[in-house]
Amino acid sequence: MADLVSHPDEVRVVSRRFGQGAADIDRYLQLDGYKAVQKALAMQPDAIVNLVKDSGLRGRGGAGFNTGMKWSFVPKQSAKPKYILCNGDESEPGTCKDRLIFEHDPHAVIEGVVIAGIATGAHAGYIYVRGEYRYLLEIMQKAIKDAYARGFLGKNIFGSGYDFEVYWHGGAGAYEVGEESALMESLEGKRGIPRIRPPFPAVVGLWGGPTVINNAETLASVPHILLGGAEWFAKLGPPKNGGTRLFCLSGHLNRPGVYELPMGYNLKKMIYNVGGGIPNGRTLKAVVPGGSSCPLLTAGEIDVSMDFDSMMKAGSMLGSGGVVVVDDSTCMVKFALRIMKFYRHESCGWCIPCREGTDWLDKILVRFHSGGGLRKDIDNIQYLSENMLGRTFCPLGDAAAMPTISIVKKFRKEFEDHLDGKPCPFEKAGAAELAMA
Amino acid sequence: MADVNITVDGKKVAAPAGTLLIEACKSAGIEVPSFCYYPNLSLQGACRMCLVKVEKMPKLQTACTTVISEGMAVSTDTPEIHQARKSMVEMLLGNHPLDCPVCDAGGECELQDMTFAYGAAESKFIDIKNHREEQQWSPVVYFDRPRCILCYRCVRVCGEGMDVWALGVQNRGVSSVIAPNKEDHLECEECGMCIDICPVGALTSGAYRYKTRPWEMRHVGTTCTHCADGCKTTLGVRRSDTGMEIVRGDNRDKSGINGDFLCMKGRYAFDFANHEDRLTQPLIRKDGRLTPSTWEEAFELIGRRFKEIRDSAGGQAIGVVGSTRTTNEENYLLQKFARVALGTNNIDHHRTADFPALAAALRGKPEATASMRDVFKAPAMLLIGNNPTEQHPLLAWQIRNNVRLHKARLYVINSEPVKLRRQAVNFIQIPVGSEGNVARFLSGDDSAAGSISNPTATRDAWVALRDKLRGEQNLVIIFGSEIRGEDIASLVKFGSAVPSAKFVCLSDYANSRGAADMGLYPDLLPGYHPMSDAGKWRDEWGGVPQTPGLTLPQMVESAKAGNLKAFYVVGANPVGRLGIDAFSFSQRFVVVQDMFLTETALIADVVLPAANAYEKSGTVTNTCGDVQFLQKAGEITGAKSDFEMTVRIADAMGFDVSKLVPFSRGTHSDMGQSRGAQSGEVDRHGVWLEAQGLEPKMSPFDPTAILDEIQRLVPGYGVSRANLLAGNDQHTTLSGSGAGVQHDPALIAPANDTLFTSGTLGRYSRALNSVMENRQKQPAEEVAAD
Amino acid sequence: MKFSDQFEARFAEMLTHYPTKRSALVPTLLYAQDEVGHLSDEVIAEIASRVDLTELEVRNVISYYSMLTTKPRGKYNVQVCTNIACLLRGGEELLEHCKGRLGIGNKGTTQDGMFSLEEVECIGACSWAPAVQVNYAFHENLTTEKMDKVLDAYNEEGNAVGKWLTWSPIPMK
Ligand SMILES: Cc1cc2nc3c(=O)[nH]c(=O)nc-3n(C[C@H](O)[C@H](O)[C@H](O)COP(=O)(O)O)c2cc1C
Ligand code: SF4
Ligand code: FES
Repeated sequence: MADLVSHPDEVRVVSRRFGQGAADIDRYLQLDGYKAVQKALAMQPDAIVNLVKDSGLRGRGGAGFNTGMKWSFVPKQSAKPKYILCNGDESEPGTCKDRLIFEHDPHAVIEGVVIAGIATGAHAGYIYVRGEYRYLLEIMQKAIKDAYARGFLGKNIFGSGYDFEVYWHGGAGAYEVGEESALMESLEGKRGIPRIRPPFPAVVGLWGGPTVINNAETLASVPHILLGGAEWFAKLGPPKNGGTRLFCLSGHLNRPGVYELPMGYNLKKMIYNVGGGIPNGRTLKAVVPGGSSCPLLTAGEIDVSMDFDSMMKAGSMLGSGGVVVVDDSTCMVKFALRIMKFYRHESCGWCIPCREGTDWLDKILVRFHSGGGLRKDIDNIQYLSENMLGRTFCPLGDAAAMPTISIVKKFRKEFEDHLDGKPCPFEKAGAAELAMA
Repeated sequence: MADVNITVDGKKVAAPAGTLLIEACKSAGIEVPSFCYYPNLSLQGACRMCLVKVEKMPKLQTACTTVISEGMAVSTDTPEIHQARKSMVEMLLGNHPLDCPVCDAGGECELQDMTFAYGAAESKFIDIKNHREEQQWSPVVYFDRPRCILCYRCVRVCGEGMDVWALGVQNRGVSSVIAPNKEDHLECEECGMCIDICPVGALTSGAYRYKTRPWEMRHVGTTCTHCADGCKTTLGVRRSDTGMEIVRGDNRDKSGINGDFLCMKGRYAFDFANHEDRLTQPLIRKDGRLTPSTWEEAFELIGRRFKEIRDSAGGQAIGVVGSTRTTNEENYLLQKFARVALGTNNIDHHRTADFPALAAALRGKPEATASMRDVFKAPAMLLIGNNPTEQHPLLAWQIRNNVRLHKARLYVINSEPVKLRRQAVNFIQIPVGSEGNVARFLSGDDSAAGSISNPTATRDAWVALRDKLRGEQNLVIIFGSEIRGEDIASLVKFGSAVPSAKFVCLSDYANSRGAADMGLYPDLLPGYHPMSDAGKWRDEWGGVPQTPGLTLPQMVESAKAGNLKAFYVVGANPVGRLGIDAFSFSQRFVVVQDMFLTETALIADVVLPAANAYEKSGTVTNTCGDVQFLQKAGEITGAKSDFEMTVRIADAMGFDVSKLVPFSRGTHSDMGQSRGAQSGEVDRHGVWLEAQGLEPKMSPFDPTAILDEIQRLVPGYGVSRANLLAGNDQHTTLSGSGAGVQHDPALIAPANDTLFTSGTLGRYSRALNSVMENRQKQPAEEVAAD
Repeated sequence: MKFSDQFEARFAEMLTHYPTKRSALVPTLLYAQDEVGHLSDEVIAEIASRVDLTELEVRNVISYYSMLTTKPRGKYNVQVCTNIACLLRGGEELLEHCKGRLGIGNKGTTQDGMFSLEEVECIGACSWAPAVQVNYAFHENLTTEKMDKVLDAYNEEGNAVGKWLTWSPIPMK
């Protein structure tokens, strides 16, 4: 349903079948569908794991962990059943890519799940789709049903003697449930409270069994790696950052949309070439490079390669691929406030620093933005965020702290401009923007 | 398993593999702060107070979830750690109401302590705190959300510990809130564990709230008087118009056999002590009406009449009923008084279990009884009959937690689907009244299998169960009063086939076991010695009536027939509880010692106001045989201990009381020393004298004087006095007991109390009554774990 | 308590997905809510018994998920995203517009029971911002004018099928 876009710089791997009706199983088969899984069935599990390792595929969910490596942590022998869990909870603000995969290429996700299963010795997989994506859940349900009907799933898949079940599962609105251990809790019918680690899911996961959790895009990349080879995939991006990525360009851009670009694509180019630059003659102020959890980059910091390692070096993160572009009409206090409001709303409430920290940061920012700010509030915002960082139960606390710290550091002057009861200097500009919309 | 070596703050620490870092630190004397961590409850990692630095780990780690590993180097007090903890407290205080001056927890609050330790003195916040109104969840549980720090201890202790699952967490983020199972109220066992475990004043007790400041109370460690399990409890006592008021029962001292645990009765139902119906003056029947009198008049009358009757009609014309609530010293004294001063063996009590049969069966079998602590440690447990959840809350707690924490195997055989079946590896429901057949079957009598087999528990299943039980080691066999007499012998026979099997015989009242051990039987002397085996006692007391006396039903018959002329009832209510015919006692001289005007007191000629277990010192023995000390908390003006009253009656009879209580010669002058303003004085003297190697024999009213005799003469009671006085439980076994005698099983009358009823005392507890009323409105249902 | 055949079929299927019954809880609650409009006490009791949980436990779960509600809502739940991507492209103005147009505030319901309004967090439409979800249907690249048309269409549809008391499970295209 969402509009598709294209750009000549795109390298279409995961999005190869977008817009081609591949949700239909016959069409999918015409487009090389279910070939990769058959290939995997003929391979040694270790060989699959190594292939994926060598491809340099890193988790598209945000943390960027080497996928093959993750699979290798699953014990060979296990008293309890092993599981593959596809994370389709996509809720990171700025991110809307898994949605397109589910809509246009659901079988690729299923295939990825099955291959991960073969590689790790699992016989069941779950595809968790966020509750808001009801129409995608229905697409997925149909895809799974069709695959069963063809004998691609269930007992003795493709006549190989290997059994593999795939199940769909729908969420009901909770960002935190995207965190891998909270995701398992949610799937088990509980509140989405993350689990204590260790043990890690690869050892003790769903219902106590070893579990591989991967993002939908990660899993959808896997069949392509099996067919195209590790080397081909690895070479698409810079070292250790194999393949391409679906970048979700949004915010103040002329051509927002989801584009598949090679790993390591330059951010500046992404904004000005692919995204068409900033509209309305405005200039760039800041970029959220990988979903709202990442530290922001200023206009001067965008000449960077969009891969996991370079972004770390640049003091931010590649994250989930959500690139949100912010122009100079935007109040950064307001922006920080909106981000904090989100995390306050989504904190599961389990641990003190996240639960209380997001609440206080939200309260202070609301007051500050509405003109009631005190000079010491600026330091307090910084203080609270820094004291959340690295001390929360799960990374959600960090996700709330990191963008906030970066905004206070990089746009401190905008905070100072709100002091002494002065009205927000951007209120007018914002209103003008609306009139043009 | 070899210990794991780690370094904490430069100190070398060794602890068993699998130990949590927080516990390893504690064992080395290094306190790592925490809110959510609580020993024996599941791990949370939620409060982040226990963050420590583990070498080679980039981030601070939670000591409460980290398992130690060889060579681990840990710092627990760096500036970074201090700052982390300080900021946690700061963030918590942001939304905390800071109503400490009126908060029940003020002065006993972990959040206050943490604030003090990490110094979050200056607030960074000027915004409005989140607020919610306080809620009352039950007659005894109040919840104040703003004070809650979301440590989830309450949720866990209710679910994991109590298996009640009445508390949950709702909403998320800063809106998270602890929620009761019935939306706006609780439906649960009202144990109050959630209140006890709350580190702050979020959960408060309806019985205690806003009554006092913690530092205004004296904290007296003693033993609960409600059921036969004998939880150690700490009473918060304050002076009041009537002498003293107990304002709180809790569990500060977690060293007792109950560890953390107290049930609803132990926690709230001490308030009978201050009930306005308490008797505070002796009453004498004049012109048919009970009329207040002086103590002198009352003792003079009783002494004179008892003496007259004894001298004219003989000791067999007097009947004595002892108590299952009074102390061992009082019970021992009473039977000695009966036998020595009144010259009668007519003494009995409200029997709720067949201890004589167990004592006989276990004769010469050392270490064959299980202590309450054993129940928590045994690798396997067999429970036949009874419903511990209702009747033995502590035992049920220990069984549950042994299963949960030590993976012990529990086998339950019952005529009802009792709640403990949920912890059982094997639960078999049997027809009502067939418990004895189970015992016989287990002992090897296969002919008993027929009556207990059914389609779900076939003969084969029974045989398999018996084989499995025989294969267990250190099996603790717990049985209710359904099993009596010969059946106990069968059960013990079965136990002999299991390596190191131990027994627990369940009785119903706080000192039921002590009453039996102390010989409140017409045909058994202390330690279950039959009259035929009275040598030791005869030597000691200079004579014991030869023939067995009358049982309680026989006393009633005898009174009817006109032979029994006097009836002395101490701390018992046979008219109310055992339904004896009150009319049989008209024209008889009846003396009753009690706290309240019970049905039995109503027919008395003289009623003496008695102190209760919180108002005197002494020892009690729980159903397992664990002897514990009762520490006097204070007293209500007017009442006397049963001990003192018995001594005074003997004195009024002209009996040489030093023959009764072996106190120091010629010390009549210090009569009354155990009373008055220096409450507890004698006990302190006792400790002091003990430390000096002296015998604490102070006055004829000092129960420790007769404790000497008990310890010397009653088998099993030769336990360490110092340990007893220090408040430690001491297990007695029955192995050295006398041969006992066969009793008519019909003499046993179970109390059939429930979680919310408790014999005579419960009727006068406002807290219990309010909970009962509340429950009648909303019948409870059993709830499954998640 | 009676659910539709479709619900029963789905529920029965879901139970076969997992080794524990309660695993089916979250999707089941959402499907039940789609039929009844909200998670009433009756629904909670029914589902609790079906998955062997206490009502408390079910409530604990419900209250965690933002799409689940124990309070009735309008037939069409208008969910306006104001998270960052939408914020930058007029999400807040859209929300204000809806408030004015429907005459209700955040989490309010119109008197005729037709519409509820809710400010929501990112719904995964960032590249097509500002975006709104009405029940399950996405409406993207909106302006205030387009929003009016969307609401008009729902109003018409809602009136055409009569005044439903329950929440329409059918997302309109
Ligand atoms: C608060 C939070 C939210 C997350 N949300 C998502 C999500 O919506 N989708 C996702 O794939 N990963 C999400 N993650 C990352 C997952 O925890 C996990 O790392 C990921 O699913 C692993 O898959 P990958 O290795 O393929 O990236 C989230 C992490 C955190 C801490
Ligand atoms: S009520 Fe008390 S014990 Fe329970 S979670 Fe809150 S603070 Fe902790
Ligand atoms: S920010 Fe609105 S859809 Fe993502």
